[in-house]
Amino acid sequence: MCTYLTEKVAISGSAKGASAWFRVTEGSVYFDHPVHAPYGHTLNIDFLAPEQGPSARVAIELTAESARALMKAIEAVLESAPPGLE
Amino acid sequence: MSDAIIAESITITGHGLDTIEAYSTRPLAPEQPAGGVVVIHHMPGYDAGTKEIARTFAVHGYNAVVPNLYWREAPGASPDDAAAAARAAGGVPDDRLVGDVAGAAAYLKALPTSNGKVATIGYCSGGRQSFLAAVSLPLDAAVDCYGAFVVGTPPEGMPLKVGPIVDKTPDLSCPLLGLFGADDQYPSPEQVAELEAALKAAGKTYEFYSYEGAGHAFFSVNRPAYRPEAATDGWQKIFAFFGKYLS
Repeated sequence: MCTYLTEKVAISGSAKGASAWFRVTEGSVYFDHPVHAPYGHTLNIDFLAPEQGPSARVAIELTAESARALMKAIEAVLESAPPGLE
Repeated sequence: MSDAIIAESITITGHGLDTIEAYSTRPLAPEQPAGGVVVIHHMPGYDAGTKEIARTFAVHGYNAVVPNLYWREAPGASPDDAAAAARAAGGVPDDRLVGDVAGAAAYLKALPTSNGKVATIGYCSGGRQSFLAAVSLPLDAAVDCYGAFVVGTPPEGMPLKVGPIVDKTPDLSCPLLGLFGADDQYPSPEQVAELEAALKAAGKTYEFYSYEGAGHAFFSVNRPAYRPEAATDGWQKIFAFFGKYLS
């Protein structure tokens, strides 16, 4: 399925790209054909800094199963973080 | 016939008189004037696979050009970064697509080796865009390779700037070749049948082929969706079609 089905989310943090770390301000989440992963469709996340141009991007392509596992892991870590650190 | 070709990045004048990047491939020493093919890239962008398709047309005696539809969002970026930027921006607007294809067609017709005929071929989102160009511009042939949303509305919540364009079928300016995977859901076999019914009702010239055991993107040699038998037969259908309408 070739779609532009995309959830965009404002984020604040940093990501390490091809050459250096940079501040990211936007995330794109979508389920579509991957560029590199050897699957028909994957859950893809782009960490973006649009003001720095299209190449300021860190991309991941995950199987649906591993994306769900990652979500659980993130939730678990955030839940177990000591209070007051967020 | 010589198989020597020239292949190079150029600029063309696209929609709104914008200068955009394009990839041009031509036979190096054509024996006779040649038809031109505007190759409309798939959603992953102006990539190596699409440029290889353009070179294949040149080897077979056609002039071809691939407009970089994401040039405005991402000039000079790698294809995957450009596709991500275009996605974040909501995709390619229909009117801009038509303008860019018109510019690409004008480039081909102006080549000294042109025979004056131009076709479009597009894959994936480009399949729909090939049909869109053919109902919007005077063309000599068009090929739609598994284009979704010619028929059917994108699912609720999609920020996709496209809608169904099957109602424009009476405006189709040229013969249409449609190549589809029977296992595809976008477009589904039912949607392909609906488009075929519209073509028949409008009295248009068309050829449709749906391949069993193939789904979306069966021409993509670097993806798991690649189906050699469907792709090989599809290429033969394309060259037979262009042999009939572009020569």
